[in-house]
Amino acid sequence: MTDQSPLISLRSVSRTYRTDGIAVTAVRNVSFDIAQGEIVAVMGPSGSGKSTLMNMIGLLDLPSEGAVHLEGADVAGLSEDRRSSLRARSIGFVFQSYNLLARHNAIENVALPLVYCGVGRKARLARAEACLQSVGMLHRAHHFPRQLSGGEQQRVAIARALIASPLIVLADEPTGALDSRTGAEILALFAALNRTGQTIVMITHDPSIATQCRRTIRLHDGELVSDERVAELVPRRSAVS
Amino acid sequence: MTMLQGFQIALHALRLNPLRSFLTMLGIVIGVASIVTVFAIGSGAQLRLQEQIRSIGANVLMITPGAVYQGGVRLKDGSKLTMTEGDVQAILEQIPEIQAAAGSLAGTAQVIHEGKNWNTTINGTTTGHFMVRDWQLASGRYFSGAEESGAGKVVILGSTVARELFAPGDDPIGAQIRIMKVPLEVVGVLDRKGPAQDDVAFVPLSTAKLRFLGSASNINRDSVAYIIAKVAADGQMAGARAEIEGLLRQRHRIPAGQEDDFKVQDPAAAMEAQQGAIRTVALLLVAIASVSLLVGGISIMNVMIVSVTERTREIGIRRALGGRMRDIRLQFLCEALVLCLLGGAIGVAGGITLSMTVARMAGWVTSIDSEAIGLALAFSIVTGLIFGFYPAHKASRLSPIEALKTE
Repeated sequence: MTDQSPLISLRSVSRTYRTDGIAVTAVRNVSFDIAQGEIVAVMGPSGSGKSTLMNMIGLLDLPSEGAVHLEGADVAGLSEDRRSSLRARSIGFVFQSYNLLARHNAIENVALPLVYCGVGRKARLARAEACLQSVGMLHRAHHFPRQLSGGEQQRVAIARALIASPLIVLADEPTGALDSRTGAEILALFAALNRTGQTIVMITHDPSIATQCRRTIRLHDGELVSDERVAELVPRRSAVS
Repeated sequence: MTMLQGFQIALHALRLNPLRSFLTMLGIVIGVASIVTVFAIGSGAQLRLQEQIRSIGANVLMITPGAVYQGGVRLKDGSKLTMTEGDVQAILEQIPEIQAAAGSLAGTAQVIHEGKNWNTTINGTTTGHFMVRDWQLASGRYFSGAEESGAGKVVILGSTVARELFAPGDDPIGAQIRIMKVPLEVVGVLDRKGPAQDDVAFVPLSTAKLRFLGSASNINRDSVAYIIAKVAADGQMAGARAEIEGLLRQRHRIPAGQEDDFKVQDPAAAMEAQQGAIRTVALLLVAIASVSLLVGGISIMNVMIVSVTERTREIGIRRALGGRMRDIRLQFLCEALVLCLLGGAIGVAGGITLSMTVARMAGWVTSIDSEAIGLALAFSIVTGLIFGFYPAHKASRLSPIEALKTE
């Protein structure tokens, strides 16, 4: 790695919501860095602030206190429009419920982020094809989401997250709606992506997923309780031995 | 996101639910169609009037018997003609502003030429009539002095009558035609002046009296049904009118305080007033049609608001994937605009069809001008912008986090 500064850096981040006059702190004083090429699992029970944290990393939300830096720049200083444009180019979202547009076919769904990057239609579809190819879904390019299985939809969603070559892929419970075999395949896909250097942050409450990541951040009641790194991934260790 | 992409997304969204899209734009369709139709009928009516005004000639005064217009018992007595040839002479000689004047008697009769016949207006008058109306000959000549004074058996045909009685190649000049069993020689054919004016045959006034009305008529031998007079210049109309009124009161021995037994009119001015009235009515109808455009706009806003609610999750996804607030706004604004523009285009087509149908079925003159079509389309674009803005703005203001949570 040539650059020393982390890709994402959270500095004493807190997020407080105010509903009906009652302040609820979803995330409290969390700090960590994520470097280029890492694969990180963010774990915690529901209500622990995982989603709030992901919204802030994904530039959908801003911290009430503290600062989020993306490539060294404080995102709080950016306008709403600027953050939207950054999302299009730098962040790839993968959701638990896939969130494909039902009325568009797979290739149009994959190409969608490029609409907001100002890429022309022909170039969009060419790149979408390449992305679908990389997740093994090219044969389903003209199928609509309802014609695809859950695992297939999630592969299309991953292709969509990758199309703009983002700095970071943010996956929120990506296997939560899948059976264990399909879930394992999706996890394998993420692992393969990470081996090509893609930075991935995965939010999950499933410990078995976390064991496949080299680093696990645990949250509880909005606070960071642990940040552990595994020296080597299981497959790599077996390869070494 | 560009405008073009906005329209592409909009078209895609609208194609998915064609029936709903069509019903949504129906209000605009009806509004635009009625505006185009009303415009077409209104400007058709104006064109027709303008043609009539032109056909009367400029600076023409028309003097008709007053009794006909007075109402009451005297109306029954309307066949009594109060003007005479002497009045025509007096007007011509004593009022310097009058360039030309002519008295007329008119009725309808069958005109016959060989195998063909045609029912038309027979107008007994003098050559002055054509001078007053600036009516040129297509061929032949006007009446001679001898024919006018000696009840000559001659006739000048309007172009419609000439067309109905003679084959296209035939020269009517010199031909014999018959009106009420009287053989007449065609000495002239008039220029075209307009469909309502060309259906007429002129004979000398003396001929009309002697040969068609004859002694069977109980009218005064000197009477004329109406007089037309040409005033030299535009500014002299009011003065000439007052002078004619004074002269005729004196000649008809009407004591002060008693009603005139004649009426002096400026037909062009009357028609211009009528034209103003038509314009007012047409504007009123356009205003009513605009209300349906308003209703159409509201229905578009209504459907767009529902659509934004239904597609909250889509909005959330688009925002998460990098759509800016203005991209979302543009997307929904484009949808409203496409609805309105499509509705407007269908409405223009419908309006043109409708006004052509009206023209054919009711025999009205309609005129479709590009101005009215442009106006109607501009109206529908403005409607789309106004009523599309609120739903689009609402969509753009949705929080992406909240929008992603909805189902």
